[in-house]
Amino acid sequence: MPEKKYWDEAHECMSREEMKKLQSEKLVKQVRHVWDNVPYYKKLMEEKGVTPDDIKSIDDIGKLPFLSKADLRDAYPYGLLAKPLSECVRIHSTSGTTGKRVVAFYTQNDVDLWEECTARAITAAGCTKEDVCQVAYGYGLFTGGMGLHGGSHKVGCLTLPMSSGSTERQIQFMQDLGTTLLCCTPSYAAYIGETIAEMGIKPEDLKLKAGIFGAEPWTEEMRQEIERMLGLKAYDIYGLTESTGPGVAFECCEQSGMHINEDHFYAEIIDPDTGEQLPEGSKGELVFTSLDKEAFPLLRYRTRDVCVLSHEKCSCGRTLVKMAKPMGRTDDMLIVKGVNVFPSQIETVLLKMSNATPNYQIVVDRVGTTDTFEILVEVSPDMFSDTIKTFEELQKKIANDIHSMLGIRAKIKLVEPKSIPRSEGKAVRVVDKRKLV
Amino acid sequence: MTVKQLSVFCENRPGRLSGITRLLADNDINIRAMSIADTKDFGILRLIVDDFEKALKVLKDNDMAVTSTGVLCIRLADKPGGLADAMECLYKENISVEYMYAAFISETNETAYLVLRVDRLDTAVTALEEGGFKLVSDEELKRF
Ligand SMILES: [Zn+2]
Repeated sequence: MPEKKYWDEAHECMSREEMKKLQSEKLVKQVRHVWDNVPYYKKLMEEKGVTPDDIKSIDDIGKLPFLSKADLRDAYPYGLLAKPLSECVRIHSTSGTTGKRVVAFYTQNDVDLWEECTARAITAAGCTKEDVCQVAYGYGLFTGGMGLHGGSHKVGCLTLPMSSGSTERQIQFMQDLGTTLLCCTPSYAAYIGETIAEMGIKPEDLKLKAGIFGAEPWTEEMRQEIERMLGLKAYDIYGLTESTGPGVAFECCEQSGMHINEDHFYAEIIDPDTGEQLPEGSKGELVFTSLDKEAFPLLRYRTRDVCVLSHEKCSCGRTLVKMAKPMGRTDDMLIVKGVNVFPSQIETVLLKMSNATPNYQIVVDRVGTTDTFEILVEVSPDMFSDTIKTFEELQKKIANDIHSMLGIRAKIKLVEPKSIPRSEGKAVRVVDKRKLV
Repeated sequence: MTVKQLSVFCENRPGRLSGITRLLADNDINIRAMSIADTKDFGILRLIVDDFEKALKVLKDNDMAVTSTGVLCIRLADKPGGLADAMECLYKENISVEYMYAAFISETNETAYLVLRVDRLDTAVTALEEGGFKLVSDEELKRF
């Protein structure tokens, strides 16, 4: 049977002119829908002196006001809802690692659209209805589990709704049911890989051929490591609860950047300081507009992800614009030894060591011409042990994980609880002593 | 029969030890045995106290990273070979000692006390008791 290359060839391989035309029609309609149903956004438009009549094509999108995470917080829970609740069938919510919870609403059409997006991702990973798809993302408020689950159904894969955790059982199912596609976070994929090795199972003993891994930052080195450990091809996927969930963008066989489902989500890159649109190829903040979503249609939502877009021709045949892997967040980037460091990356590493993100502080200094890079980590009760060895192993593990994520070495110092200075109740995350010179 | 030991994570910086011991003293807690395992940057302070529950609460209330560990407290005759006999008893059962330290040293007493952390606690208790060694309980500790 010939392998199906695209899930929705008409949209995935559309010419630029057709795509622009489609986006323009959808935007005009969507702006009207929001104006009529979301007083919060209507007010923002009025303040900017824009009405739906000013939006005639996708080129006019720059006239619209931005939405930020702060708006979502202000409008919580119903302020940005554009459909009556009776039309909504589901919610999802962000984990609120920073204490700011976002709740997004979905109509049945929104769920369908989202599942179409993840079906495209699954097909791009080379999978069809013949495949066995193990979804080891968390199910629940988090969008990972349900998102990939829905796409897997659409494609017609045999779907294993495992959720995350119970690693030995995951591996058991992988063996017994011949899983070919694994969907989870990259760190969990790496953990499954390590566990398989510990259990003496070789990647060739499994039938895995592809993995779709997202929801946290990961590096090219991590990709190679996961591919080696699990004997599969690892594909990145991007999404955010505010726009739907995973599937806003997905990787193809090229594994170099993710195709954005731009018939549903229009992407812009802006200068985070001025809000100006930047030309293609510039590094800046990624902004998304939901062109089709009914219940929670965010226009010009600032993701705070730093990223680059490219329309260069892709060998897979898709014409959808590609986004580079986000380089981090706009609000907290730090350059150490010439490398971009984002506290969110440090958090990702630390979260693996503990049930809750431990308090930490990045201390950067300069000795002579060399940057020093130290991370203080507060010992939390669930990390605590009675032996020095356990602490030393913890220290080493954090240092190694940070090295593989960033490519530079950090000195890890374990400190007592509550010893990192707080500012308004929050630990001070970054101390850059270089600025004092 | 085991006793509860407190293990406190502390950074290696001046004043930490005096801070913790002063805190216990101010709360009228008597330290009966103590040992420190440390590295360049941090250490683990291990304590046997007369009132475990109270000490645990005081330390936690003061934001210390503290945990409790079950350990053995053996009474030994304070004479040559006393320790060797106990070690031999554990060795026969293939029990490894993770760490140990001396406790409640008193000039007037004829006996010595030893705190032991082993890999298999229950087996060690049985082996030592059957070997005729006297193990101290949490209750006895309060009366010392
Ligand atoms: Zn492609």
